[in-house]
Amino acid sequence: MSSAEHVARLENVGLSYDGGQNYILRHVSLSLSKGEFVALLGPSGVGKSTLLRVFMGLSAPSEGQVFSPQPTSQLQAEGQKRRAQSLVFQDARLMPWRSVARNVAFGLEGLKLTKEEKQARVLAALQLVGLEEAADRWPRRLSGGQRQRVGVARALTVDPDLLLMDEPFGALDPITRNGLQDELLKIWQQTHKTVLFVTHDIEEALKLATRVVVLAGKPAGIVGMLDIPPTEKDPESSAFKSYAARLRAMIAGEPDPGGAPYWYSNEI
Amino acid sequence: MAASQTVIRSFSHSARLLLSVAGLLIFFGSWEVSVRTNLLPAGMVPAPSSLWQAWLDEVRGGFWLQAITDSLSHYTLGLLIGSVLGASIGLLCGMVAVVDGLLEGIVRLLRPVPGLAWVPFAILWFGLHTAGATFVIAISVFWINFYAAYAAVKNIDPEFYELAAAFGHGGFWGRLFKVVLPASAPGLVAGLRTGLGQGWMSVVAAELFGVPGIGARMMQASSLLATDVVVVYMLTMALLYALTDFLFGFVRKYVLRWQP
Repeated sequence: MSSAEHVARLENVGLSYDGGQNYILRHVSLSLSKGEFVALLGPSGVGKSTLLRVFMGLSAPSEGQVFSPQPTSQLQAEGQKRRAQSLVFQDARLMPWRSVARNVAFGLEGLKLTKEEKQARVLAALQLVGLEEAADRWPRRLSGGQRQRVGVARALTVDPDLLLMDEPFGALDPITRNGLQDELLKIWQQTHKTVLFVTHDIEEALKLATRVVVLAGKPAGIVGMLDIPPTEKDPESSAFKSYAARLRAMIAGEPDPGGAPYWYSNEI
Repeated sequence: MAASQTVIRSFSHSARLLLSVAGLLIFFGSWEVSVRTNLLPAGMVPAPSSLWQAWLDEVRGGFWLQAITDSLSHYTLGLLIGSVLGASIGLLCGMVAVVDGLLEGIVRLLRPVPGLAWVPFAILWFGLHTAGATFVIAISVFWINFYAAYAAVKNIDPEFYELAAAFGHGGFWGRLFKVVLPASAPGLVAGLRTGLGQGWMSVVAAELFGVPGIGARMMQASSLLATDVVVVYMLTMALLYALTDFLFGFVRKYVLRWQP
């Protein structure tokens, strides 16, 4: 699992809000390699979003370490006008007092860009999500799917090494969700971003990811992971169905129905 | 109840305007009739028809415009000082827990003191000058803006702070300018608007002790039992309030243009 070029790495991370009596996360080690699309799969409320926030630097772990080879501070010291990570929220979380374009520009503020550079990058991100004609609209005028596209554009404009997505399509209707999943794959293929995508939907994880990491238990730890070859993305294929069965078993803590031992994170 | 609601809703904007004009006409009409038929003693209540002449006399004497400019000067300054101080301290209390804690006792102590109670100190500290009146107006406006700003900050969805932190604006200034100020704008604007009205109400109190202006002129007139002049200045104040509120409407519309 150790790749030569990783974008972020957690080592033996534990998180407790009460000084070590109860742990939400324990012994979590995870390394994200450049360009991969990792789905973080697990039941609702297990701590997936919390783990995402540890990667983001919004939550400091109580134990263990977070490695980021190029944090934003270093990027800025080098004069690179971008951020190391960015986050897409489940609820889109647009600021109602900002137009679509200014919402997208939010992460660019403070990066010492000229007005023209800023405009160009906002436009490019909006084009990537197909919303360039909505630039001057207010968020309240957008549909749920459009709002989430703006959230994705806002995360992409800062040109992050790591794109963190917190169940971004969870609140959308199935048709919109399907469309946005396809678009996200297209964007990922165009931009080669490293993505960590939180979901509790096995089909979604298998459709999008190159690697599925399963978080389960109490305190939550990584109970297994599967690499998904790009050739096996057809939901009707037997391989896809067997992956789904194995992931279900991992989440439930049952033996692997595929027979093969799957990878555990208890190398610590 | 549902039925009466639909009746109220069914009036169009112009119909409502027409109704309110009709209401005013009925009000002034019955007032006039009551005075003329001696239902109301003429010495106690001026007839509306006498107001025109009283107003003309005030204008010709130069008192009317002078009173307005005098009052307007300490109204504007008091409003500005009270609003800016009230809103900024309210924002700070809402944002910084330490400041909130430090000021909580002081706020509870001073809040119930009405603006009028400060008049003796206003005289003592500032003398019978505009500054004293400005001070009294500023105090009454201060609290409105303080509480409006405080409540507005407390009502901000904390998820916006997380959003700001995720995109590099997690520091104090980032939170202040990127989240707190825009998110609390509706509350701040509502506070300013209430203060705009409260300010006019305290103009009279602030001028009670002789600082020249509309309130002082009203006091002079009432001591001479010139009730028509008193009413002229009452209406003047209502007009000035309506005007300031109308003008502030444009500011409000622009600042909150993102709202439905």
